[in-house]
Amino acid sequence: MLTFPIYLDNNATTPLDPRVLEAMMPYFTGKFGNAASRNHAFGWHAEEAVDYAREQIASLINCSPKEIIFTSGATESDNLAIKGVFEMYASKGNHIITATTEHKAVLDTCKHIEKIGGKVTYLPVNAEGLIDLKQLEESITDKTILISIMYGNNEVGVIQPIREISAIAKKRGVLFFTDATQAVGKIPVDVEADGIDLMAFSGHKMYGPKGVGALYVRRKNPRVKVTAQMDGGGHERGMRSGTLNVPGIVGLGKACEIAKQDMEKDTARLSAMRDRLEKELLTIEESYVNGSREHRLPHVTNISFKYVEGEGLMMGVKDIAVSSGSACTSASLEPSYVLKALGLSDDLAHSSLRFGLSRFTTEEEIDYAINHTKEAVAKLREMSPLWEMFKEGIDLNSIEWADH
Amino acid sequence: MAYSDKVIDHYNNPRNVGTLDKAKNNVGTGLVGAPECGDVMRLQIEVDENQIITDAKFKTFGCGSAIASSSLATEWLKGKSVDEALSIDNMDIVEELALPPVKIHCSVLAEDAIKSAINDYRVKNGLPALEMPKSHH
Repeated sequence: MLTFPIYLDNNATTPLDPRVLEAMMPYFTGKFGNAASRNHAFGWHAEEAVDYAREQIASLINCSPKEIIFTSGATESDNLAIKGVFEMYASKGNHIITATTEHKAVLDTCKHIEKIGGKVTYLPVNAEGLIDLKQLEESITDKTILISIMYGNNEVGVIQPIREISAIAKKRGVLFFTDATQAVGKIPVDVEADGIDLMAFSGHKMYGPKGVGALYVRRKNPRVKVTAQMDGGGHERGMRSGTLNVPGIVGLGKACEIAKQDMEKDTARLSAMRDRLEKELLTIEESYVNGSREHRLPHVTNISFKYVEGEGLMMGVKDIAVSSGSACTSASLEPSYVLKALGLSDDLAHSSLRFGLSRFTTEEEIDYAINHTKEAVAKLREMSPLWEMFKEGIDLNSIEWADH
Repeated sequence: MAYSDKVIDHYNNPRNVGTLDKAKNNVGTGLVGAPECGDVMRLQIEVDENQIITDAKFKTFGCGSAIASSSLATEWLKGKSVDEALSIDNMDIVEELALPPVKIHCSVLAEDAIKSAINDYRVKNGLPALEMPKSHH
């Protein structure tokens, strides 16, 4: 039985796993205590639950429970990592290296750093979406304090060479931070083996609740510290004040436990379904996968259907919830900066759809998505003057288009 | 953002999709927008000896609002004289389709397409080209 619309936008957010909800429920009502209340059972229960969640999370990413700082989500974790390192290591330098395809939570934080006197290098990526390691190494100066490169990209799913990046960072005595929001819980992430010093991630991208995330901060080799961006009661070892979101944290912990237990099974199933979806959609003439297919998260594919516009296409595939690199609604009319960074022309970037699968996606839903997308592309191409010109052999670049 | 019922209707049942023979003297063709902006409209009119638009066709690469704006434009053009067609204003399209502010440029593009098709027809038939409004986007 299919229920509509079919949700295939799991890079935006995932549904809560019912097992996670069940674990969270007692902490809204009966066990509602403040984890910082040290003198009664309500507080102890809450603190125990938080400590247990820390262990569940630590076990997934191979760190010590003491290295987890709870936050409101990945955006806050990104802010805390970058601004916190910038302040804490000000005496060492003021230069940060990042990439043009990072999430806005990283890019806009870096813009802020520039406004307050920092220097930021934005590394370009190649057509696959990968940074150039040589260029990374050459960008490091004696003022560089942080390299901030995401683990897996939210729009195209490309996985950066994390171990090679961390090796370079270590060799040059620079801290390495990664926004791993799309990767944690989806693929094996091991902060020891991967050489990560700081790492941001969030509950709601891995079947946990919204409004809770974490920042991993290394305590040994080297001991990393960040300056708090939220002042108050000194929670989370003084790095993030604020009463802990106990039900959220319990949910994040449970989501991590399930991810660890089910990852192998989920990945095998998801990548098989994703590959089938992709293979079928690529039978459509003039369709192209964006970004590396080799170094990629298992549950996502980003495809451009040339000569149809993404937003129009999304309206055509109204029974499936997906997202597009087209930003026809924004005042700027600029399509996705990530796709443009990969070297896509504006028209191809406008023609893209992102499909993000989840643990709950079924084969039947994928069948429907394949047929529905094929029909919509065909219908819109019948209406597209660009498709007609392409079919007549007219080179679209030879046409003098109106200024915009 | 939710689309209005009229936009959805035009999107699902576009009127007058197609191509007229642009080589013919009584056919005017307007091609406006640009692929890199995510909107291209081609609008064509066929005019009889009494200066009446007897047929209109469109093809559009763009969002639902762009498709609906051009579909509506072809509906309005049929049966009008060329002079009457010149009076179609983009704000009439905005009103009819209940376009939100971020989609006003779709209606502007449709108006440009109408004027551009009329101009093509005029020039083909030895009439001076009218001054085109500056594109608003």
